[in-house]
Amino acid sequence: MSLRLLKKALLRLGLWSLIGVLLLYAVFPFYYAIVTSLKPSSALFEVSYWIDNPDFSNYAAVLNQASFLRAIGNSLVVALCVVTLALFLSVTAAYALGRVKFRGRGTVLMMVLGVSMFPQVAVLSGLFEVIRALGLYNTSWALILSYTIFTLPFTVWVLTTFMGQLPHELEEAAIMDGASPWITLTRVLLPLLWPALVTTGLLAFIAAWNEFLFALTFTLTDTQRTVPVAIALISGGSSHELPWGLLMAASVLVTVPLVILVLIFQRRIVSGLTAGALKG
Amino acid sequence: MSALTTHAPCDELLLTRETPVQRRRVRAAWLFLTPMLLCLALVAAWPLLRTFWFSLTDATLGQTREGSFVGLSNYLFHDGSNWSGILVDPQWWNAVRNTLHFTVVSVGLEVVLGLLVALLLNIKFTGRPLVRALILIPWAIPTIVSAKIWSWMLNDQFGIINHMMLSVGLIDAPLAWTADADLSMWAVIIVDVWKTVPFVTLLMLAALQMLPSDCYEAARVDGIHPLKVFWHVTLPLLMPALLVAAIFRILDSLRVFDVIYVLTSNSSSTMSMSVYARQHLVEFQDVGYGSAASTLLFLVVAVIAMLYLYLGRRQMEVRS
Repeated sequence: MSLRLLKKALLRLGLWSLIGVLLLYAVFPFYYAIVTSLKPSSALFEVSYWIDNPDFSNYAAVLNQASFLRAIGNSLVVALCVVTLALFLSVTAAYALGRVKFRGRGTVLMMVLGVSMFPQVAVLSGLFEVIRALGLYNTSWALILSYTIFTLPFTVWVLTTFMGQLPHELEEAAIMDGASPWITLTRVLLPLLWPALVTTGLLAFIAAWNEFLFALTFTLTDTQRTVPVAIALISGGSSHELPWGLLMAASVLVTVPLVILVLIFQRRIVSGLTAGALKG
Repeated sequence: MSALTTHAPCDELLLTRETPVQRRRVRAAWLFLTPMLLCLALVAAWPLLRTFWFSLTDATLGQTREGSFVGLSNYLFHDGSNWSGILVDPQWWNAVRNTLHFTVVSVGLEVVLGLLVALLLNIKFTGRPLVRALILIPWAIPTIVSAKIWSWMLNDQFGIINHMMLSVGLIDAPLAWTADADLSMWAVIIVDVWKTVPFVTLLMLAALQMLPSDCYEAARVDGIHPLKVFWHVTLPLLMPALLVAAIFRILDSLRVFDVIYVLTSNSSSTMSMSVYARQHLVEFQDVGYGSAASTLLFLVVAVIAMLYLYLGRRQMEVRS
């Protein structure tokens, strides 16, 4: 009997140590970035695992850089505009794809899925030309427009899935009452779709906030940079003298909001990601 | 269980043929689709076609319009004595090799680790929701930021990874993770795996939760060893989800750019196809040549994507 208890205790111990290792692996790098960001530059080159005397000079230095604040503002504007644009365009598309049966529906869905698999670099030169022709080079509009290439297929796909799951009795009733498709969508279905909109909007926001290649290529001056580019371009005297404390402070500042969002909306994010990938 | 199984609700209302209501709905559907399709045409289809066209010209970044048609000479050209063009550029083939190496190793590790973590988190224990939320953190961190954090941790002189390995006695001298040609690809893989395992884990967890519980109870009653159950029941049932996750990750890895650009910039030992293409496009301003590289990358990705769509469609037919 006691042998079985011992075995059970050992299994528990094994489980918890595995979970411990997993958590350490997942969280340690971010924790270490926080530790580094709270060190004065004199203490930077001694490895330490704990926060001894928090020193906020790195944060003060980052927040005093006008260009960094500007980059945060740009990133916010770009991400929010992309989310609004993508959601607006995809809600109507998702209604058509998720609720109406018509010839060509499968083809449109395949096309949307195909675009989501594009390597970004494959459209780089063509998009560059479009952006220059529209006079948008080195503006936030260039990024807002180009980011729809990866947000729009995703939001259409996920919203179509959610839209298809709504009970169809509601729509039948609306049609009986003679409501037009637009009324059906905005008055009947949209109010039920709010949770899905929050989920997809959040995922699109994160994708836009993190994008790097287009932001690096379509903007030129510090005033138009977004956060990822600003961080990638922080440099010191040479590649061996990067201001690591400053860099880590900037990294923590732009990541903390995302981490908080993820912790709050974990359940929604999971449902959105899995709806985008597998649905059975 | 593939991404292609978004069924339209199959009720009588939607299947009724050619009633005025139905006709109006179809017209409205196309109207509703138009803005989205126009937008995708502007940012995806048209630029892609232009990239194909540029790859046949000698356009430069300063004057994309004045490029003249040069046929396939960006790809391969014989001037009587020498071959030139991408297809004989050792740097390009090096980039192809690097990308394939990166894709195979990192996707392999991600799928195996993702599955293991999902199995662990499928066990019931107190605090499981919190653990599930915490392991999402690497996924939420921007790639640029995680590359910077890791390049600090992997720093050859002051990095904590070298410090840990030295103090445990794994190595006698600090390693130059991002500068050493043999190690830098591993550094890139470490960062990518760290960032994307949560995504694979999520997909695997979702698939695990859809497994029928009755065969597990039957197996337990019969006293079959858990490993055997895993091998003969769980794994075959998870296969479709595993394949979907792997293909998603493969498509992502083939176009890898951010991690490599930040971690090792243009070093030839880690240069991927995307980095190569962008270097020619933007830094060397050679739009023709860079577009040719982009086109080749697009073709590779398109073949794999088509394979995926074909498999997904066949699976759908089998299911219905």
